Amino acid sequence: MTEPQTSATAVVAPSLEMRGITKRYPGVVANDHIDLTVRPGEIHALLGENGAGKSTLMNILYGLAKPDEGEILLDGQQVDISGPTDAIRRGINMVHQHFMLIPVLTVAENILLGEEELRGRIFLDRRESRRRIRELGERFGFDIDPDEKVGRLSVGWQQRVEILKALYRDARILVLDEPTAVLTPQETEEIFAVLRRLAQDGHSIVFISHKLYEVMAIADRITVIRRGKVVGERLPSATDEDDLAELMVGREVQLTVDRGISHPGDVVLDVRGLEVRNDRGRTVVHGVDLQVRAGEILGIAGVAGNGQDELVEAITGLRRPATGSVTLAGEDVAGSSPRELHDRGIAFVPADRHRYGCILSWSIADNLVLNDYHNEPYSRGVVMDEQAMRERALEAIAQFDIRTPGPNVPMGTLSGGNQQKVVVARELDRDVRLLVLDQPTRGLDVGSVESIHRLTIAKRDSGTAVLLVSAELDEVLELSDRIAVMYRGRIVAVVDGRTAQRDEVGLLMATGGATTPTPTGGATPTPAGDAAR
Amino acid sequence: MIQRLRDQLLIPALAVVMGLFVGAIVMIVTSPLIDGQFQLDLPLKAYGALIDGSVGSFNAIIQTLVEATPLVLAGLAVGLGFKAGLFNIGAQGQFLLGALGAALVGGWLAGASPWVAIPLALLAGVIAGAIYGFIPGALKAFTGAHEVVTTIMLNYIALYILAYLITGPLRDPFATFARTVDVGNAALPLLPETRNGHIGILLAAAAVPIVWWLLFRSTLGFQIRAVGANPDAARYAGMRPRALIILTMSVSGLLAGLAGAIQILGLTKHMPIGYASSIGFDAIAVALLGRSHPLGVLLAALLFGAMRAGSGLMQVRAGIPVQMIDVLQGVILFFLAADVILRWVFRVRARGTGIGQESTVTRSYGGQTSI
Amino acid sequence: MDVLYGIPLIGLLFQLIAYLVQVLPLIAPIIVVLATPIALGAMCGFMNERSGVVNIGIEGMMLSAAFTGWVAAATMTALFPGQTPIAGFFGATPALVVGLLVAIATGMLVSVAHAWLSISVRADQIISGTIINIVAVGATGYLNILISGTAPPTAGSFRAWVPPKELMDLPYVGWLFDAFLNQGPIVLTMLVMAVVLQVLLFRSRWGLRTRAVGEHPKAAETVGVDVIRLRYRNVILGGIFAGLAGAWFTLEYGNSFQGGMTNGRGFIALAALIFGRWTPIGGLGAALLFTSSEAIGTAIRFQPPSGELAQLGDLLSGVPSQVFSALPYLVTIIVLAGVVGRSLPPAAVGKPYQRESVS
Repeated sequence: MTEPQTSATAVVAPSLEMRGITKRYPGVVANDHIDLTVRPGEIHALLGENGAGKSTLMNILYGLAKPDEGEILLDGQQVDISGPTDAIRRGINMVHQHFMLIPVLTVAENILLGEEELRGRIFLDRRESRRRIRELGERFGFDIDPDEKVGRLSVGWQQRVEILKALYRDARILVLDEPTAVLTPQETEEIFAVLRRLAQDGHSIVFISHKLYEVMAIADRITVIRRGKVVGERLPSATDEDDLAELMVGREVQLTVDRGISHPGDVVLDVRGLEVRNDRGRTVVHGVDLQVRAGEILGIAGVAGNGQDELVEAITGLRRPATGSVTLAGEDVAGSSPRELHDRGIAFVPADRHRYGCILSWSIADNLVLNDYHNEPYSRGVVMDEQAMRERALEAIAQFDIRTPGPNVPMGTLSGGNQQKVVVARELDRDVRLLVLDQPTRGLDVGSVESIHRLTIAKRDSGTAVLLVSAELDEVLELSDRIAVMYRGRIVAVVDGRTAQRDEVGLLMATGGATTPTPTGGATPTPAGDAAR
Repeated sequence: MIQRLRDQLLIPALAVVMGLFVGAIVMIVTSPLIDGQFQLDLPLKAYGALIDGSVGSFNAIIQTLVEATPLVLAGLAVGLGFKAGLFNIGAQGQFLLGALGAALVGGWLAGASPWVAIPLALLAGVIAGAIYGFIPGALKAFTGAHEVVTTIMLNYIALYILAYLITGPLRDPFATFARTVDVGNAALPLLPETRNGHIGILLAAAAVPIVWWLLFRSTLGFQIRAVGANPDAARYAGMRPRALIILTMSVSGLLAGLAGAIQILGLTKHMPIGYASSIGFDAIAVALLGRSHPLGVLLAALLFGAMRAGSGLMQVRAGIPVQMIDVLQGVILFFLAADVILRWVFRVRARGTGIGQESTVTRSYGGQTSI
Repeated sequence: MDVLYGIPLIGLLFQLIAYLVQVLPLIAPIIVVLATPIALGAMCGFMNERSGVVNIGIEGMMLSAAFTGWVAAATMTALFPGQTPIAGFFGATPALVVGLLVAIATGMLVSVAHAWLSISVRADQIISGTIINIVAVGATGYLNILISGTAPPTAGSFRAWVPPKELMDLPYVGWLFDAFLNQGPIVLTMLVMAVVLQVLLFRSRWGLRTRAVGEHPKAAETVGVDVIRLRYRNVILGGIFAGLAGAWFTLEYGNSFQGGMTNGRGFIALAALIFGRWTPIGGLGAALLFTSSEAIGTAIRFQPPSGELAQLGDLLSGVPSQVFSALPYLVTIIVLAGVVGRSLPPAAVGKPYQRESVS
């Protein structure tokens, strides 16, 4: 264990300093000359939207990625971190957003792994390690049974095991990546108490988050990054959530497409009281009501992970809703299969095009009829019509400007933008009542984004109801006639898309509308519900 | 198109070349055991005999086709499974039950008109095989039990079913050894001018375009291939992965069962106790070398069938035991799997990979399948 | 007792127990002997699958080892005739010891190929196992025919260690000592190794790391465990057990080689591994259960339950002996389907591991 830093007045070298870190990936600068200084005993929040470059920076610190420029100093000494093992050896530990725990092993085994205490050079000294784990747990205020299987623990306790794992390795710098994403408010409070104790004990903590109130509650200092750059450093005492939201979300809005005037008609999609559970059985969509009319675009804005994925899956038939009704043009379709919904006139561009949207090893022509192969003209009875598929492909390639050598080229060889154009071509180029777009332009180049936006507006103007879900606030602002803001599984506000201000929506996304929401309030499940997952 | 064909064929062809090369080395190294001294020309002699014995005469060609017939059908069975992301190691058991079904019904109808007896006997084999493929398919779809393990187990269960029935209820009371009765009129007629060129050859030949059509021209094949390539996308697109898994395994069993039925009705005319066959693994070899494509399976089956047909002459002329064919088959597969060696030796930069296409099969072995 | 036997079902159950008490001491030694290659094969599978590598090539590994071990021992005997067994040591001759070592080396060598294909080339692990099986059948068959003319047929075989007579004559439990200890060196090694591996799996650093790598290799790698190296090591060490199993066929249970003599034992081993929930003791237990099933089937034919047990005898003699032989496979399917107590494989088994690219 490191000696706790007793003197705050003496000139103490920062325990961690990252200087001018730059990391470029093809087509994007993930980190652009980022500086970060963390002092001993400090809880330092790293605040930014998804994709702002937080994870890249931490991967560099953990030796998982090599920076193109910049240097890392630990206690004033320049170091070169070769990988996770090296990072651990230097006292840097990371609690990953997806826990690196093995459910079938016990708490003690998970903690010991890689750092085993031995008896007779072969056998685990279980008594000694149990003792150390108990001792550490007591010191930081949680009592944990070392022999419990990790898979049986609640998520909150699993997180504590992760933290214990780090402490067991004498971590001095602890990086927590979105640690509260999966926790209930109570669990969040408890983890915060643990973190404060750790800081008092002289540990340095880097706390990665995009949740303003949490950052305000826990951090000693806050560094905000946006699009790979540090845009500000604040002390919680000298800032407020509005200021942070503005820094995090930024102000620039690039209007590239003229959305024109919409002429909303009848309600096409009517969702009432919808509750949806995630894979772990936790309710993540709480009583959502929303209506989309023919000829309008309803945008759903929200920070990723607030229930949008599950909402979309419930509407498109990939997930069965727990309760509530989904009505399409007057007919109840809740719980219908994807095929039934397709035939009733829903088109869906999924967020993860590699997993759901297409089959990478297949040709463009095949992918274009992936969910329409059983209809004319692509097949008659059980007989596929190769010629019709080919004609369709040639037509779509021309119409949607898909850059490819030909219709039989495998999808996997196309660029991301062109792959998405194939998916969009498949979904948009037929008469549907409702078009659901989930993150339609994620990871695409500017040209592809623009063309997909134009197509979306054209679709709206032809009288289709459009539901757009995007974590890109700019995209929602640019396209939507109305904007619904989703926060912790609820629609917290619906605003006019033409008059909406960026800061206003950004603040709603980040705080859910209440200026200082308590972590215990709002739309969250009970701890019991979580434990029963 | 030419480029694609070349990419598809290059690696398998090189694997065959390397396999024959390694086989030649094995022959030379082991030649002292054959006649007491190293013979550098032994491979030439052996491969010459292999060619003579497989394509050197009309009878040899017929023999090649006869040997290739079950390989084509069982290879199609395994290949169809691969296309749906399923590893059917159970072609062996499905083949044996198909053989048994044909022997049973063929024996009953031994005195009936061939026009009745042959179709019904074949049908019995096909149904028996399909049922034996349906079982692991249903187990996978409803319980997640991995088909690799269940089909291996079912192969052995099939052996015991056979042993019981042939020594018991189905035993020919007048035969010295335990065997079923002769299939009589249910025997497949021979092609003109041949000694044992039964019409099963034509059935196998017909199966190739049918399976090809099923896979690449029917909506069913479209779904089967979608489930094999990306089950999540298939579900998104409104297909039903569970039903497709069961169906594919059943059709796969059907093809293997047909292979078994043809062997009984065309060659042995009855089912003896201990009717042994290595068809299960041979079929996997054929499907892998043929890259699961019906035309590839046909070519691979003809290649291995020719080797088996010529192996007798090879043993007579060069003294190389027929087991050499198994060695060659295994070594060819090894190079197909370890295509990194081929790429390095031949400085290939073709896109197509050896077994890469099928190498997603094991992904569901651990844990539960998400279907 | 007569009264009890008269009640249907419960009576049959009691009759069955009585019958087992009667025949088990007689068939127990052969059950243990026949379970040996299956249990050893399961240990080979255990070493592979616990660290995340599927191995369906156990059959081929055994067959190759059986062949090379036998050839080595027979060649040694031919080159140095007149070897005398080492006194009091399982009737071992230098030739037998060399044969055993060659068999083990063969198992390891074939495992190197499997490890390379599945870990480094990241080929499909089931295909890799299939290739091993095909090559093993072909190569051993080919070579066996070539040497059958020249090589001497046998090198003899290991003999059983005879435990003290007092131990075997103990009332009630003596037959257990006879069954488990009155055995050859490979059987005894198997029994010892089942316990040793079981202890190591749950108590040692190696065991902890192996379990971790088989479940969640990425988590193991983040705390500094070298996943690739551990998998290589375990797969190759697993080959030792396949080698021992092979040696059992030609150097202990028998003394000659026939093509395809392993006769599916490698696949039953896979079933035993699953049935025993991927543990060495479980695998041994499953192997014993499987061979018991077959042995009891045989016993019923030669010494059917009679006298007081006639009711059971009538029932069992109606059951074809093949049912007892097929039972292990059937039970494995049922267990795998989760009908009675699901057996879950290590989570990462079959998935090639690729290190996160450091770019």
